[in-house]
Amino acid sequence: MDALDLARWQFGITTIYHFLFVPLTIGLSVVVAALQTAWHRTGRPEYLRATKFFGKLFLINFAMGVVTGIVQEFQFGMNWSTYSTFVGDVFGAPLAMEALLAFFLESTFIGLWIFGWDRLPRRVHLATIWAAAIGSNLSAFFILTANAWMRHPVGFAVDPATGRAYLTDIWAVLTNPQALSTYLHVVSASFVVAGLFVVAVSAYKLLHRDRAPHPDEPGLFRRTLRAGLVTTAIAGAVVALSGDHQAKLMAEYEPMKLASAEAIWETESAAGFSLFAIGDHEIGEVGVGRNVVDLEVPYVLSFLATGSPAGEVEGINDLQRRFAEQFGPGDYTPNIPVLYWSFRLMIGLGLAGVGVGVIGLWLTRRGALPRHRWMYRVAIAALPAALAANIFGWVLTEMGRQPWTVVGHLLTAASVSPGVSLGEVAFSLTVFTALYGALAVVEARLLLRYVAAGPGHVMPYPRAGEPEPDRVPAFVY
Amino acid sequence: MDLPTVWFVAIAVLWTGYFVLEGFDFGVGMLLPVLGRGSDTDRRVVINAIGPVWDGNEVWLITAVGAMFAAFPAWYAGLLSGFYLPVLLVVVALIARGVAFEYRGKVDDPRWRARWDVAIVAGSAVPAFTWGLVFANLVRGVELGPDRVVRSDLVDLLNPYALVGGLATLTLFVLHGAVFLALKTDGPVRHRARAAARAAAPAAGATLFAFLMWTQADHGSPATAVVAACAVGALLGGALLVARRREGWAFLATAIAVAATTAALFATLFPAVLPSLLDPAFDLTVADAASKPYTLGILSWIGGFALPLVLLYQSWSYWVFRRRVTRAHVS
Repeated sequence: MDALDLARWQFGITTIYHFLFVPLTIGLSVVVAALQTAWHRTGRPEYLRATKFFGKLFLINFAMGVVTGIVQEFQFGMNWSTYSTFVGDVFGAPLAMEALLAFFLESTFIGLWIFGWDRLPRRVHLATIWAAAIGSNLSAFFILTANAWMRHPVGFAVDPATGRAYLTDIWAVLTNPQALSTYLHVVSASFVVAGLFVVAVSAYKLLHRDRAPHPDEPGLFRRTLRAGLVTTAIAGAVVALSGDHQAKLMAEYEPMKLASAEAIWETESAAGFSLFAIGDHEIGEVGVGRNVVDLEVPYVLSFLATGSPAGEVEGINDLQRRFAEQFGPGDYTPNIPVLYWSFRLMIGLGLAGVGVGVIGLWLTRRGALPRHRWMYRVAIAALPAALAANIFGWVLTEMGRQPWTVVGHLLTAASVSPGVSLGEVAFSLTVFTALYGALAVVEARLLLRYVAAGPGHVMPYPRAGEPEPDRVPAFVY
Repeated sequence: MDLPTVWFVAIAVLWTGYFVLEGFDFGVGMLLPVLGRGSDTDRRVVINAIGPVWDGNEVWLITAVGAMFAAFPAWYAGLLSGFYLPVLLVVVALIARGVAFEYRGKVDDPRWRARWDVAIVAGSAVPAFTWGLVFANLVRGVELGPDRVVRSDLVDLLNPYALVGGLATLTLFVLHGAVFLALKTDGPVRHRARAAARAAAPAAGATLFAFLMWTQADHGSPATAVVAACAVGALLGGALLVARRREGWAFLATAIAVAATTAALFATLFPAVLPSLLDPAFDLTVADAASKPYTLGILSWIGGFALPLVLLYQSWSYWVFRRRVTRAHVS
């Protein structure tokens, strides 16, 4: 165990944790903005109540996304100083743009939204949540651009004098095909998560509708259930289409990732999509791997990767030989079992989540509600499935890049901070893990508490015969 | 001025914006138990005074650090890896503090709120002290060899000069926060905030004077002497103005004190960004650390477009919430 291993664990743990909150922030900001828009246009108090209810849940989640994001920006410099020095000229530019163009927008306008309910004209107040939602989605673009550059570096050169990369074409970086495709994939997956969040909360409240504090409440959740299902189904279609495009880009730019995710050892034409494989590959003994067991659907992989059922897909052993010739001796294979299973779990859990959305839409057509209680439980279970699919997607993306931080240019082993000791990284890893664990418990408890309290808690229902109150109270701390 | 120098100034401006803005909300956080003693309503008045703006203020840090990454990668990398434990401490404090603001009022239970109050106070005091410690060490220099790897350990960083620097920012931010609360609240909290400002002013004045004199004696130039004098003068002016109940002007004065202190530190640092204690020849300078002109040019365009816009909407947000926060607002 050395500082490199711990720094990698720290990056993995903090990034995965951060990414539990990010997709909800990206998607839910738009959902809340849409609910408030519905209230603005119709004037119906149930939309306002739904806005405030999901708004509160959104804010509980948002806080965690913001604070864990700080760690992300700092740890490049703390643990990966050689990486930061090498790539800063290129990688730093989208990061600086993210701060200047997205984070300021998001955080300033979220403050205006939280506290501005009774200070701003309604139309202006509505604009503040949209500005915050645009900020969230814009920040996703910039950070995914930076990430895509590591996987498919473009628009740069390496200075022979300093050994550092420098930017030559910002436009190439911002329109990197990997960036655009990843953006579509990640953001639509975020909308699946947010849609299923709304579905899960609504399903939970409908499951216990006999406990509703007011006769109007089930009607509210019937609407939000539908809205969540529609969001999930539409976003699910975009996830699938962009995922297909991602596979083709992977075949082109990151063939080793694709081969590992599919456990294809030798280059094949008319390759099948593997359903279950057990491989034989000793770490260190490179270039001699094979599968002991492999169950395949014929032609599907070639079709997914190249668009033709007869297309050629490169194998791990061949790629290893090619990379060893190109970059010198070394192991250029990522962790194959992790990639193989992440890929399957991402697709399987993601499809399951989207499937719940589509089936749910069918079951709730013409305003009907499913009669069977287990259907609500399935709808609730779809949320963790979708979150897990997001996580496995990132594991595939980041582990698939190994052993490189910048594919073809900088190895992960050469990226760490030389002046940082094992003890320092171990200490920070321990601190973050403990802190994040404690915060996870707090966050989960708060979310459950507010879901249980329901919309009547953020905006009390009027007594029978009384009109809805006209004044909209702000969310103060 | 060449582009790297322009960007050194831009980074200094971003850090100045950060310290001026988050400086007062650190002060507010530290003053929470003092100004809100005995009454949860008053504690809520204190917190809600910065409620709409603290998150936006913190983005100045994110932007300052992000801009360092883009414009001076070697500076960013050396600073964050070289000051590993202090930076870790700041990050953990900012996490605890951010979550605390958001979660404190979400459960109606005194024990729950008391725990988050601890997080707010510690989460404000730790960065307020640690940033001073880090910047003092930055001016003083670090163990930087010809390989450009910072090898200072925690014991090196806890030198007397840096500790005075930490105390100076800590007390300065307490004063800045007290003046802000005197300006932004009304009723008992405003009353106590004025008293707190009066009590904090001598401590802030003395430590800031000591810190800037020490900086001046070891590393100063005539130009930094003028800026440092401005800082101390503005601080004294702020203390007098708040005593005379001119809170708006007093806040402007303490803001100038924070800005001038930051400016003095950056001016002392220049042209190095990471000075070496071992040999001035090993100093990492603006020129060594800078990105290429192409990147700096793009950053200039984006900064030139975005920063005025940010200033515009952040000012608007302060304008929207310009009214004093009182007990009536939070109950």
